[in-house]
Amino acid sequence: MSSQAPAVKRRIGDLVFSNLALSSGVTILVILAAVAIFLFAESLPAFLSQQDAAPDGFFAYVAPFLFGTVLASLIALLIATPLAIGIALYISHFAPRRVSQFLGYSIDLLAAIPSVVYGLWGILVLAPFLNPSYLWLNENLGWMPFFVGPVSATGRTMMTVGIVLAIMILPIMAALIREIFLQTPRLHEEAALALGATRWEVIKMAVLPFGKAGIISSAMLGLGRALGETMAVALVLSGSGVFTFALLTSTNPNTIAANIALQFPESSGTYTSLLIATGLVLFAITMAINMLARWVISRRSEFSGAN
Amino acid sequence: MTTASVTQNFQGSRSLPKWLAPTLLAVAILASFSINSALASSNPEATQLNLFAVALVAVITYSIGFYLASRIIEGQRKSADRLVTILVTGAFALAVIPLISLAWTVVERGAARFDMEFFTFSMRNVVGAGGGAYHAIIGTLEITGLATLISVPIGIMTAIYLVEYGRGALARAVTFFVDVMTGIPSIVAGLFAYAAFVLIFGPGVRMGVGGAIALSVLMIPVVIRATEEMLKIVPNELREASYALGVPKWLTVTKVVLPTALAGIATGVMIAIARIIGETAPLLIIAGFTASTNFNPFDERMMTLPVFVYTSYANQGADAQTYIDRAWTGALVLMLIVMILNIIARLVSKYFSPKG
Repeated sequence: MSSQAPAVKRRIGDLVFSNLALSSGVTILVILAAVAIFLFAESLPAFLSQQDAAPDGFFAYVAPFLFGTVLASLIALLIATPLAIGIALYISHFAPRRVSQFLGYSIDLLAAIPSVVYGLWGILVLAPFLNPSYLWLNENLGWMPFFVGPVSATGRTMMTVGIVLAIMILPIMAALIREIFLQTPRLHEEAALALGATRWEVIKMAVLPFGKAGIISSAMLGLGRALGETMAVALVLSGSGVFTFALLTSTNPNTIAANIALQFPESSGTYTSLLIATGLVLFAITMAINMLARWVISRRSEFSGAN
Repeated sequence: MTTASVTQNFQGSRSLPKWLAPTLLAVAILASFSINSALASSNPEATQLNLFAVALVAVITYSIGFYLASRIIEGQRKSADRLVTILVTGAFALAVIPLISLAWTVVERGAARFDMEFFTFSMRNVVGAGGGAYHAIIGTLEITGLATLISVPIGIMTAIYLVEYGRGALARAVTFFVDVMTGIPSIVAGLFAYAAFVLIFGPGVRMGVGGAIALSVLMIPVVIRATEEMLKIVPNELREASYALGVPKWLTVTKVVLPTALAGIATGVMIAIARIIGETAPLLIIAGFTASTNFNPFDERMMTLPVFVYTSYANQGADAQTYIDRAWTGALVLMLIVMILNIIARLVSKYFSPKG
């Protein structure tokens, strides 16, 4: 603000209020630091103690879960990204103007559905529904390492988890991408239209090039969300500590978050510390991905045509 | 249908005739129906027609037919446009299917136990049928209320700092880390609360208030973002008019800026509550689960609605169906709460936000 009053005296109220605001801002940084420090402090016993919770060492314990986490998230991302772009395009450029606001609202609502409800739906509705198509995939594409048998009888597989996660991260990704598409400079679009471009050509020439960085960072934010998703995975997957690329069998690698949720309530002593240590790994990975995504967005917004 | 005659009839206009789309759709449905029933009759295991497969084949046939017709009549550029329109609309429809299925299942299966007993009884001494989620609803209300009490002041003050005061590197860092904080996995927030409470109360601690702290970690960034957006759209003229009257800055913020943005902030807070009220993982870690009602969030385990849904499914007893029924009803109640909060939030922002 330009209204810089000639500072004759500082009012007490101003001083208190501005410091209150400042300390709230600092609190945010303190909380984030505290998350890292407390998790680190509580995971130390897993490494220092003599009675080992993980006989083969920490990394041998966490590696399969890390693999499962990344695998499930990548499947989710592969499915969700094209769909999210499609949804965002539909709402921003294809749907009738009056409907589009309502559609945006229902997408937001989809984002607010609790993950445990998705999990319940995933295991009791989606998994039985998908299982016949898994059999079909295995019969016809069984030579691919992803689709080798024996196919799970329940449908509680890595593939189902990936699809549930994709449905869960779709709304947030679609909302973010839609925001970016709406920021496309009007003049670019109108210039393309004036040249006689069809709607698809407008999108190809003006909207997609403008939104490329935004789409990438939205995908990364979606990835971050999928990595940390807990309850849906914990409910749907009956996982264990294995490495496998087979997506349709009943032996699946669990994810870090789901493993914590399943083991934590009955854990004690150094095993608790071990689980917290895996949580720290998850925290570090999601932080890194989020920071990268936010950095891409902020770098982009500085020279976007929107402002 | 022969495309040659179509081309001849519409050579001049070079656009698809109106009757083409419905005709094609009818043909595609018919074709898909006959293909699928032929397949079903050759396969003894398939007892009935898979309607989903029929729809899928019909849509694909229709899209290809429509694209080819457009390509022949209208040329490559327009047909590409039509293809993309079909794909984009298809993507949207595909995303809506799970939403409808989810809503339908939750309502249909949740209705079985949506009765007075569900809202007035806990699970204490209940084995098999009966019992309810009274204890879980109490826990959810208390923990979410506490989380709101913690998050709203911090969130609003931080947003005020960012919009009204913050300049330089610190403000940039706070903005950046608020964004990063929105990406904290919920289970990590739960582990954080647990780790913090272990330092004070010793290992194995379970406490409702810990859940509130974990939820706050997730809620604060949402409140900050919403409040920030609202404060930013308060016109600068209002602030300058206030300064011109000699009003100090802190009174300008509290008496002029905040009231103007209040409706928007209330909306944001309600959406933030709706976002965290369904969080399961952190509460499973730090608030734990129990079958009894516990009113005191500072002592012992506390059941919450999302955890109730999870444990009802995960720890099924002898009469499994009654546990699954309770889980669905819990999910229905949770969805209703989220839905109502969202609708109230929309109404508040619609009717109470300043017009201009």
